[in-house]
Amino acid sequence: MAVDRDDVQALVRSGFGSLGSARYILVRIVDAARAKAWLRGLVPTRASEVGGGRALETVLQVAFTRTGLRALGFTAAELENMAPEFLDGMASDARRSHRLGDVGESAPAHWAWGTGAREPHVLLLLLAGPNRIADWASHVERDARANGFLLVTTLASNPGPEETGPAREPFGFADGLSQPEIDWDAKHRPSARADRAYRPHIAAGEVLLGHRNEYGAIAGDTTGPLVQRNGSYLVYRQLAQDVTGFWGCLRAAAGPDGAQELAERMVGRCIDGAPLPGLVHGRGLEDFDFQSDPLGLLCPLGAHIRRANPRVGDDPLGPLGILGNLLSTAGLLGNAAGDAVASARFHRLLRRGRPYGASMTPEQAMRPGQPETEAGLHFLCLNASLARQFEFVQGAWLISPTFGGLSQEGDPLIGDRCPFPDDRRTDLFRYHDAEGIPHIAQGMDRFVTVRGGAYFFLPGIEGLASITAR
Amino acid sequence: MARQSLLAVAATVRDHAIPELEALLRTMTRAPEAPGQADPDNPIIPFGQIEGVHFLRFVLLEDPSLPDRAAYPRLPAYEPTRLMLMVDGDGSPEDILHRLLRTAREGLVRVFIHCDATVTGTNIAAWMDRHRVRSAANYVNWPGRSARQVREEARLHEAWLAVRLAHPDTSPEELWPLLRAAAQDLPLSPPVRPALAERLGNLIHLLSLPVLALLSLPVLLPALPVLIVMLRRRETRDRVIAPRPSRTRNAMLSSLEDHDVTNPYSAIGSLKPGRFRRWLAIVILWIIDWGARHIYRSGRLARVNTIHFASWTFLDDKRRVFFASNYDGSREAYNDDFINKVAFGLNLSFSNGLGYPRTDWLVRGGARHERDFKWYLFHHQIPTQLWYNPFRGLTTYDMARNARLRATYERRPTGAELARFVAEI
Repeated sequence: MAVDRDDVQALVRSGFGSLGSARYILVRIVDAARAKAWLRGLVPTRASEVGGGRALETVLQVAFTRTGLRALGFTAAELENMAPEFLDGMASDARRSHRLGDVGESAPAHWAWGTGAREPHVLLLLLAGPNRIADWASHVERDARANGFLLVTTLASNPGPEETGPAREPFGFADGLSQPEIDWDAKHRPSARADRAYRPHIAAGEVLLGHRNEYGAIAGDTTGPLVQRNGSYLVYRQLAQDVTGFWGCLRAAAGPDGAQELAERMVGRCIDGAPLPGLVHGRGLEDFDFQSDPLGLLCPLGAHIRRANPRVGDDPLGPLGILGNLLSTAGLLGNAAGDAVASARFHRLLRRGRPYGASMTPEQAMRPGQPETEAGLHFLCLNASLARQFEFVQGAWLISPTFGGLSQEGDPLIGDRCPFPDDRRTDLFRYHDAEGIPHIAQGMDRFVTVRGGAYFFLPGIEGLASITAR
Repeated sequence: MARQSLLAVAATVRDHAIPELEALLRTMTRAPEAPGQADPDNPIIPFGQIEGVHFLRFVLLEDPSLPDRAAYPRLPAYEPTRLMLMVDGDGSPEDILHRLLRTAREGLVRVFIHCDATVTGTNIAAWMDRHRVRSAANYVNWPGRSARQVREEARLHEAWLAVRLAHPDTSPEELWPLLRAAAQDLPLSPPVRPALAERLGNLIHLLSLPVLALLSLPVLLPALPVLIVMLRRRETRDRVIAPRPSRTRNAMLSSLEDHDVTNPYSAIGSLKPGRFRRWLAIVILWIIDWGARHIYRSGRLARVNTIHFASWTFLDDKRRVFFASNYDGSREAYNDDFINKVAFGLNLSFSNGLGYPRTDWLVRGGARHERDFKWYLFHHQIPTQLWYNPFRGLTTYDMARNARLRATYERRPTGAELARFVAEI
């Protein structure tokens, strides 16, 4: 069944790159009755308002943490059918933190927000043009404070680029590429035969609860007083990026002339977003996969984008006809080394992040004596299953030092570098240069540190009404 | 030493002895930093000193799914709680038991006395032998790769990695003499070749399935329509029992997980009542055992690459099955691998379990009902109180790569093969 776009918050449909600025207002509820009355007056932008030649000037979205829903009057029993990871919380215990790489400096104990009294109840996400955002956000903040909310913090994104094209994250790379295409009108049926090959689109139920997911099952359990249908789980992590540290480290490893090339190997894309040379089989930024590069000669096996989306279908050998498919399914074709990563379609994330802080070019960042500046990414993503999507991608693909059969390599960009297990180092990165000579980088610093984070529920419009009517 | 085997010893825990036993097992772990992970140097059973061990676990078979039997009066409501010792090791189960006793006789007495007060240092060997259980199916990631080989090849890789890291910008050709020098002082035992008797035994076992299949055809073919009707009737009527996981229990299980790149998995459950399911389970597990021994010998079980060792063991007159595995990665990734890569195999091996998600034609559906399947697995997973992995940090991929590097090294690679060799270090 097609998704009723009128019942879905607009963030699911678009990241609104044309609205250059964002404010993330994180609040706690101190007076539930007044807070609910105020929330009832909010008009979140709907997915149905996106496109159709109409340019939106402002976008408001509302999402809730588990503690927020409790503060608004839902009992623990009433919420028990929500995702357990949402109910536990992003910083629930040491094992989850370990799996997510939230260790060392990124441990929740060091977060600026997201735990204890700094755990937000509600996220008010405001998007607008750079001229308008500050006044509007101050107004909303003031209004919220006067209506039963306490401010935890308000975070701002950088003004977006004037020109069109992909946004840049603070290290200077094009960001927000490789997004899954949502099958809004339920045109595709997942099938064991067709899905042996990689495809960019995913079932609506991979993002929205109450719809068919890639297994053909309805995502989530949409019974109970909180209307979950057309809602989604929103992951928010504030990731501080050490820009001068990153480029300084690469300059030391590969020299000023080789730093960008090494950085591109680590990311797995060229700095402008183009696929690495040799992988492309079309004109678009997304017309590539890694099938022709099983050994990682062109794009290293441990490169960031190869981890985040290995672009592999249900079977790395692809469709082979009835007999071939049967033999391959039985494990009688191919080998373990060529079949090291899980099918991508079950582990896709709809990313909605934006950069923050001071921006500088790689050349500036490489200049000796550059002062450290605070910059990073408001990493936001939407998914229907926190366990199978966000936590899997973060833990099994990005953070894992053994991803894809590798050894002692965390993600070259966001790896935590903590030895694991015991004193076994995880700060290696194997790659080949343009001539095909193998190299190994080592002793890389930690470039990304988590400053805060929480799991939110982004309800549908009806869902929001069920929350505020509580 | 011959190929790897599984030694499994199971005995009912004495009344009220469980808390004391759990406390004793805990003293042999690295709790509180790494609960469940064996301390290899603990004074009770110094696991690190036992030769030829790949994995070892002590697990209390407390079955959380026994209440599911309430709707099945033909199944007894109660089954004993056993302590299971499982060792994946080199050689025969007898060899493994012998080495275990040689190193830790008194420690084993201290553990198993919680099952039988009459166990002493003098009778423990016979007692453990009496309490041995045979697995119905056993999978080994790489038959014939001994613990010594794993250790030696891992040391070789470490030495080569150190060379590579010390000379990061050296070309493969220039690196080669340094790598050779590093390998020179390291012992490399020749791979163990199976003895003639073992090879003959293997050949007979290989032929057993096709021969039995041929012999049973005259009976099986006419009976097939009836068997299919019996199967379909059950598949459409059997109850699915997959309750929503308790978050508290999940936190307890999680506390024992991901302290290493490899994890233990232990699960227990009842078979569906009746002779049909019982015989189906026996036949299917026998076929799986056959397949694991003769087909899946090179690093993967069907398409699942992350399992080091796995076993299915019948208990209580085949009313229950205990499944144990040692797998790389986190539980969620392991479950996903199950579902996406080998759902048909899971359906074959587990669909005779009480409450398993609905299958169609034995191989379809089942595990593909992702949520039900994960909940079913969770319902049957039990904590592994003590788990020992002498090769911490090494995945199945690491071990295969190390063996590959050694084999390439012995070929004295040049050109592109040398570049590939260096790239893999």
